[in-house]
Amino acid sequence: MSADDEAAHIRRLLDTEGDSVQGNTRVFNQGRYAAVEDLDDYKGLKDRARELKEDAIERLPELIDELTETVEENGGHVYLASDAEDANRYITDVAEDGGAETLVKSKSMTSEEIDVNDALEAAGVDVYETDLGEFVIQIADEAPSHIVGPAIHKSREEIAELFNHEFDPDEPLETAEELTHFAREYLGERVEEADVGMTGANFLVAESGTLLLVTSEGNARKCAVAPDTHVAVAGVEKILPRFEDLQPFIELIARSSTGQDLTSYMSLLTPPVDSPTIEFGSDEPLAGGADDREFHLVLIDNGRMAMREDPELKETLYCIRCGACANVCANFQHVGGHAFGGETYSGGIGTGWEAGVHGQESAEEFNDLCTGCSRCVNQCPVKIDIPWINEVVRDRINRGEEPSEFEFLVEGLTPDAESGGVPLQKRFFGNFGTVAKLGSATAPVSNWLAELPPSRWAMERVLGIDRRRDLPTFAGETLSEWFLAHEGLAPAEAEREVVLYPDTYTNYVSPERGKAAVRTLEALGVRVLLPDLPESGRAPLSQGMLSTAGEQAHDLYGGVAEHLDAGRDVVAIEPSDLAMFRGEYEKFLPEASYDRLSGASYEVVEYVYGLVANDPEKIEILSDGPGRVAYHSHCQQRTMGLEEYTEALLEELEYDVLTSTVECCGMAGSFGYKEQYYELAMDVGYELEDEFEQPGERDRTVLASGTSCTDQLDALLERKPRHPIEFIAPDPL
Amino acid sequence: MSATDTFEDSLDGLAVGTTRLSPEAFEETVAEAIDEPAIGTPLGIEGLSLDGTSVVTDPTPNQLTEATTGVTGASLGIADYGSVVLPSTPEGAEPVSLFCDLHVVVLDADDIVPDMPTAIGEMATTVGDDRGSAIIATGPSATADMGALVRGAHGPKRVHALIVEQ
Ligand code: SF4
Repeated sequence: MSADDEAAHIRRLLDTEGDSVQGNTRVFNQGRYAAVEDLDDYKGLKDRARELKEDAIERLPELIDELTETVEENGGHVYLASDAEDANRYITDVAEDGGAETLVKSKSMTSEEIDVNDALEAAGVDVYETDLGEFVIQIADEAPSHIVGPAIHKSREEIAELFNHEFDPDEPLETAEELTHFAREYLGERVEEADVGMTGANFLVAESGTLLLVTSEGNARKCAVAPDTHVAVAGVEKILPRFEDLQPFIELIARSSTGQDLTSYMSLLTPPVDSPTIEFGSDEPLAGGADDREFHLVLIDNGRMAMREDPELKETLYCIRCGACANVCANFQHVGGHAFGGETYSGGIGTGWEAGVHGQESAEEFNDLCTGCSRCVNQCPVKIDIPWINEVVRDRINRGEEPSEFEFLVEGLTPDAESGGVPLQKRFFGNFGTVAKLGSATAPVSNWLAELPPSRWAMERVLGIDRRRDLPTFAGETLSEWFLAHEGLAPAEAEREVVLYPDTYTNYVSPERGKAAVRTLEALGVRVLLPDLPESGRAPLSQGMLSTAGEQAHDLYGGVAEHLDAGRDVVAIEPSDLAMFRGEYEKFLPEASYDRLSGASYEVVEYVYGLVANDPEKIEILSDGPGRVAYHSHCQQRTMGLEEYTEALLEELEYDVLTSTVECCGMAGSFGYKEQYYELAMDVGYELEDEFEQPGERDRTVLASGTSCTDQLDALLERKPRHPIEFIAPDPL
Repeated sequence: MSATDTFEDSLDGLAVGTTRLSPEAFEETVAEAIDEPAIGTPLGIEGLSLDGTSVVTDPTPNQLTEATTGVTGASLGIADYGSVVLPSTPEGAEPVSLFCDLHVVVLDADDIVPDMPTAIGEMATTVGDDRGSAIIATGPSATADMGALVRGAHGPKRVHALIVEQ
């Protein structure tokens, strides 16, 4: 899709489906926050769930054998399907052998993945989706827009219109209750007629052959039990060794998914089940008629065993498909799975699944909608590093691209470690450090030049930088230049020493916040060093330029190693850089190097908080309230649990603090500059604007910790946002 | 708080009615709890039977689709969650607990366990080792797919729990 087409597609979804998706994902999301809070040992359950999945995937081939044996021993059949076609062939054979005319089906993303409905219809079997959301989608002839709530993009009014048009009831249906009861009746009849019932399986137990189905409606129970033939389709990754292993998942799945403590029905079925099959319309007693039960378990590989061998995609197999990563994602909340999805899977982990089961092209469609903000990381019940998977897939997609017609423009200018083919737009943002260096060296001419209409036109045409977005203004004097001329604290007077990390933005665009950091730290008795350090790798990482990011990580470590040896801490102003040191560097550096750097690095206000906590009298040095502030933390900062330090310090200084509760500023670095995403970034941002522009709050000084948030707030508000460190720094001498 | 109190509290939060009763009051309480026509399956609780009630205990498929109330036993109650564990039986406890508008579930107070790990531990034997089937049911059937929360999607709209204190 071209950038223009993509922008139009996103705009259309913002207008049509955005509100419904937003309303529904928010309910799930808020529900999850509340539901996990009630949980005594949330962290312990997540650790346990993660361990169990790691172990089960490790032992997968052996578990497949064990499960096959058990199910056959129980009297069922198991078929291990290599791909979609193979699975569909088996399933249609089962239906045809049994002379089936109709099949009722409960929701299963795995069955969507193989498009089994199409295969069955082609074989002359009528398929009815009985999950009410799936039923809506089936009537509308659409694809699910969410892995848990397939129809969340539709409003009640739209569903009513759809039903009234399709079924032409005597009285038009209107309320949710009427719609539900109509569907229950209609589908109840389909269940009674059905020859085969098909379900998915959320988990499978190898030692007993038990399958766990997680539902609220009860339709899966009906599909599994009422007809005499039951076909369950499940990805091979869903097997757990023992029955007891289900416990953490039972307690986590509904909470993570829809925010309920449990769904109404957690069905633990060991088929063929003892329940009698039901001969509807009969006056013979029900009891005992379970003899003619048939059970088929179709285990689907479809790329999974290869994912297991792929060190980066492997984690995807731990996923329990709860949808939390989609629900918490600001971009997903605004556009839903019809933009943020591939052939089947959508949202955060959708990239991993699509890349694994349908191939990179399917993931490419939506992979860039992940901004790497990391908000999903703490939400995932099995602790998958979802943004990392997205960056890896992005990198692989980049490598598969053809070089663009403008490639020559950047080839000579950029020192990156990428092979040709990385799209120009990504390459530009991935090399932002070089751009900033150049821009700052030639400021103010560069700033003036960049803003000229022909330049904006060219930037949009060649690099896809949206004309409506303000560009950063490069400073004439960088922080490093200022620091060289600055007389710092002599070692003898200092209680400790730190390296202040001069990130690209602080150094070239906003040296004031760097100066404020230096001033504050020195006033608190800390000697500050500002060595010439390489970039952190954040910029190329977010464009999926992994080799460049890795190279920068190594260089940076080289640059700080001696300081670490000397016992100095590393203080970062930009949270996304700190998130690299504490997070992604684990993937790039040897373990010991990673441990040393991550253990010694801090966010600037976190560090100041620590200094003051150590010596409470020092608080006097900082500039204090009273005053009213509106504070927006930063997504990665929140993921690391650091926003509290800024909040606490501001409160300690007697400021009245309003902290933003919205998920995201919408900007996320380069994302909001890109012409295909500009409108989405603004749409997300309006919520933050609303929060800070509420009546009664407009007098507050706006503070933001991250660069992108500051940029976005600057575009949204009339008030100019500042970094908290600038705000609390003692006045210059 | 006793396990039964916690259980009752949890059920209250799920909009499930409860009645605590002695075995002697069983028949009378069932009569109050059900809406006719009612069907049921053996409860699996010692000393308790639906025989003396108006509940039809060996239902046919026709009675299954026509009944308003289904009465079944539960093997466990999970206090923390207000869940009941409904074993599948050859007599049809599974459909009887699912197809009717009202599900009346009968539970021995002694079978109430405090939490999920304990319940799963017990089910590891009754479901896992014995290769049985059971539903952990929590509240009535529900859906939010039609634009608002509605109780009674494919399963019961209402659930009422009878807790028998021996
Ligand atoms: S990646 Fe994690 S949060 Fe996302 S759907 Fe899978 S289990 Fe849920």
